[in-house]
Amino acid sequence: MNETFAVRELYPVLPEIVLAVGAMVLLMVGAFRGERAATPINWLAILLLIVAGGVIVWLPVERLEAFDGSFVLEPFARFLKLLALLGSATAILMSFNYFEREQQNRFEYPILILLSTTGMLMLISAADLIALYLGLELMSLALYVVAAINRDSVRSTEAGLKYFVLGALSSGMLLYGASLVYGFTGTISFDGIAKASTSGSIGLIFGLVFLFAGFCFKVSAVPFHMWTPDVYEGAPTPVTAFFAAAPKVAGIAMFIRVAIEAFPEIVPQWQQIVVFVSIASMVLGAFAAIGQRNIKRLMAYSSIGHMGFALVGLAAGTSEGVQGVLVYMAIYVAMTLGTFACILSMRRDGQMVEDIADLAGLARTNPAMAFFLAMLLFSLAGIPPLAGFFAKFYVFLAAIKAGLFALAVIGVLASVVGAYYYLAIIKIMYFDEPLRPFEPMPYQLKAVLAVSGLFNLLFFVYPGPLVEAANAAAKSLF
Amino acid sequence: MLSWPILSVTTFLPLVGALFIMMLSGEGEVEKRNARWVALWTTLITFAVSLVLVWRFDAGSAEFQFVERRPWIAGTINYHMGVDGISLPFVILTTALMPLCIIASWGAIQQRVKEYMIAFLVLETLMVGTFCALDLVLFYLFFEGGLIPMFLIIGVWGGPRRVYASFKFFLYTLLGSVLMLLAIMAMYWDAGTTDIPTLLKHGFPAHLQTWAWLAFFASFAVKMPMWPVHTWLPDAHVEAPTAGSVILAAILLKMGGYGFLRFSLPMFPLASQDFAPLIFTLSVIAIVYTSLVALVQEDMKKLIAYSSVAHMGFVTMGIFAATTQGIAGGIFQMVSHGIVSGALFLSVGVVYDRLHTREISAYGGLVNRMPLYAAAFMVFTLANVGLPGTSGFVGEFLTLIGTFKVSIWTATAATLGVILSAAYALWLYRKVVLGALVKPKLAAIKDLDYRELITLGPLAILTILFGVFPKPIIDMSAGSIAHLITQYQTALGAAKTAASAAAMLVK
Repeated sequence: MNETFAVRELYPVLPEIVLAVGAMVLLMVGAFRGERAATPINWLAILLLIVAGGVIVWLPVERLEAFDGSFVLEPFARFLKLLALLGSATAILMSFNYFEREQQNRFEYPILILLSTTGMLMLISAADLIALYLGLELMSLALYVVAAINRDSVRSTEAGLKYFVLGALSSGMLLYGASLVYGFTGTISFDGIAKASTSGSIGLIFGLVFLFAGFCFKVSAVPFHMWTPDVYEGAPTPVTAFFAAAPKVAGIAMFIRVAIEAFPEIVPQWQQIVVFVSIASMVLGAFAAIGQRNIKRLMAYSSIGHMGFALVGLAAGTSEGVQGVLVYMAIYVAMTLGTFACILSMRRDGQMVEDIADLAGLARTNPAMAFFLAMLLFSLAGIPPLAGFFAKFYVFLAAIKAGLFALAVIGVLASVVGAYYYLAIIKIMYFDEPLRPFEPMPYQLKAVLAVSGLFNLLFFVYPGPLVEAANAAAKSLF
Repeated sequence: MLSWPILSVTTFLPLVGALFIMMLSGEGEVEKRNARWVALWTTLITFAVSLVLVWRFDAGSAEFQFVERRPWIAGTINYHMGVDGISLPFVILTTALMPLCIIASWGAIQQRVKEYMIAFLVLETLMVGTFCALDLVLFYLFFEGGLIPMFLIIGVWGGPRRVYASFKFFLYTLLGSVLMLLAIMAMYWDAGTTDIPTLLKHGFPAHLQTWAWLAFFASFAVKMPMWPVHTWLPDAHVEAPTAGSVILAAILLKMGGYGFLRFSLPMFPLASQDFAPLIFTLSVIAIVYTSLVALVQEDMKKLIAYSSVAHMGFVTMGIFAATTQGIAGGIFQMVSHGIVSGALFLSVGVVYDRLHTREISAYGGLVNRMPLYAAAFMVFTLANVGLPGTSGFVGEFLTLIGTFKVSIWTATAATLGVILSAAYALWLYRKVVLGALVKPKLAAIKDLDYRELITLGPLAILTILFGVFPKPIIDMSAGSIAHLITQYQTALGAAKTAASAAAMLVK
């Protein structure tokens, strides 16, 4: 084996290498330059994420493998990696103005996000159980720290601790499941598991259940959602914005890959689990959000519900279903980031406000922000012709084809219940008497809101590229 | 046919106007005036363009005309527009009523005029699009999209209970429609396309027809609205601003009837036949029961809202009788009701703008001070009753004939509604307009001004014109109706032959 060949073999991992090395370099810069370097490091981190995205686009489109097949890069991984990178970069962009104002501009924050993103990318490409666990832990450890980044705040540290304890529990379950699967199939590679799992022995299914429990925790699906509202509410708002987007993408990616690649022979067995989790998430997300007063907590329940809708596609277990999930995630990330840009702009007298009631009369004090936020909320509710409608359209289309009628009917009914609380926010913005205006939006948030708002409004004009890309990505998995 | 995409122009012209208004800026009053004028001109030009449709429309053909088709999503879902004799009357109704709505809002709306006009123009785009769409997904997009502007119109510019009414309107309609969406998906997987002309020729299997029919029914029955899912309508009507009520009664309700005609009847003929007794029962209940409810109302708008439900009962009854007269009557009744109920809401708006109450008991003896108003209101009241010579008569008469051929009992019971409608409408007229003018608040009330004459005058003329000369509308849709009925009968005949053949085999 000559040297050039070895280097070439590492090409698929290049984005991860770029991010990991870049994060180390930035850490050194930060360590020597101190807090002064925080703002440049933020920009450099964004640049690094863009470069990693560029590398992914530059790499050849066909299926690439590294490390004896435990790491794969195919259109499916490319699609989700780009999405995760987009989520992380936007989260950093939205964060540093906030931290500057709160006077806790720490250079560690973007670096932790970079490390976490590296973990996400590995997770998305992981094709065996060890690689999966490595990626997952790299992602999660950084997330625990980020949740508690505001170490002088009781709420933030509580959120971090809660997240860590529950996260460790779920990792434990996942690991236990992985060991059972290994024990009953004798292999850790997904291909091998697929070959060995034709019988669907009871031990294997036990392992499968534990694995799925771990996944459900990571994507905050019912019944492993309990951490979500507390962490969303307690963590600093930019961190919440980050949690709501990129890690969800990575979590869904591993969920899909394990279900489709490792257990294609026992679809009926895991389909029941996914159907249950999906229904429970949609229903709980819809009903529990109604009573919320705090907008971050509301977004937590909203994201639980959205994960339920995304899993409708996975429940179908078909290529159309995976395509639906991918479209869903892409649109969900765009909508969520736009919504959080608005939440981050809710600032009065130098203080962040988080009550939904604080939005009262926004349509008159800041018509542009109110309009975009209202459209994003209608979109989250799934009202056409906004982007969120197409997201739901594709997952339900797949569910209907797979004959999951009960799931589809319960799902759309839950979406009607969910529409109620989105409407309630719009009502407060448009129908109620105005309060004092918010402070002007920083330009970073304006940019994020404008891009995501326009994407959301105009998606219907030209939905082709995203749908086609998701289709190609889904096909590459089957 | 035409070298330019006329349907897209008609549909999206209001949207362009809305964008233009969005760009407007200026000081308070100037901005308001500009927004109003831009909205008025946009709707007038749209109306003019839509008249070209009437002029170039070939009524002899049952085919879709002015067809436009472009690839849209993933190869199978196209941007496909076109009109036939069933949809064209509704397109014209929409474009014709919009300028009147803008004029009616001229003085009544003083708050957030710019946003108001934008909401109305966006709504016009979505309504016209609903009637022109020839792809199910495109149709759904327009159909549901209309909820957003209407929700805002009721909620922002509505009356005291606007929040309740707007939520009820939105959630009721959404609940029905999401089930229709699932049925659309099931149809897509069965036929491999969402193209409406293709689906019209596609014979769906019987069990799918039943479920899809029920899902579409859930959506259209709420929209129509049919008893017992009509309760959102009185609330929405009462709270909406005048122009909002007009649009709601005149056009949004017609989407339900249009949907039954475009989808339920031709695509699910077997299910339509099976469920016809259900429709007849609900229609008769709607006609009789809501007429009785209308009799005890104290709010003028609520009374008219309940009478709308009753009149829509005639429409559903006529459509599912599936006879030439029944369907022609259903379409005519919808157009006529669009004109008459729109005009009635405008009439209520006239006195509401003066006294800011809709309580029937607050009025009385208006004829003494408002002779013009009394005359116009009389025309619309009589049309609402269905007096021969007004457009209301033609629709009710045709639907009753059409239904009589199919179900004598339904027709007989529905005729009761005609009597009851006379009771509540004339009672309203007597209470509000006739008698002595004794209430001190009414002593200085002014008659119609020129703007109100502009809005009510044309509607009064049309009401009488279509009453004595209904031919234009009937002719416009005759070809399409004949085609629809042939298709319907063929499908039923084929199913019957198949069933008897199967029975023979068993023997």
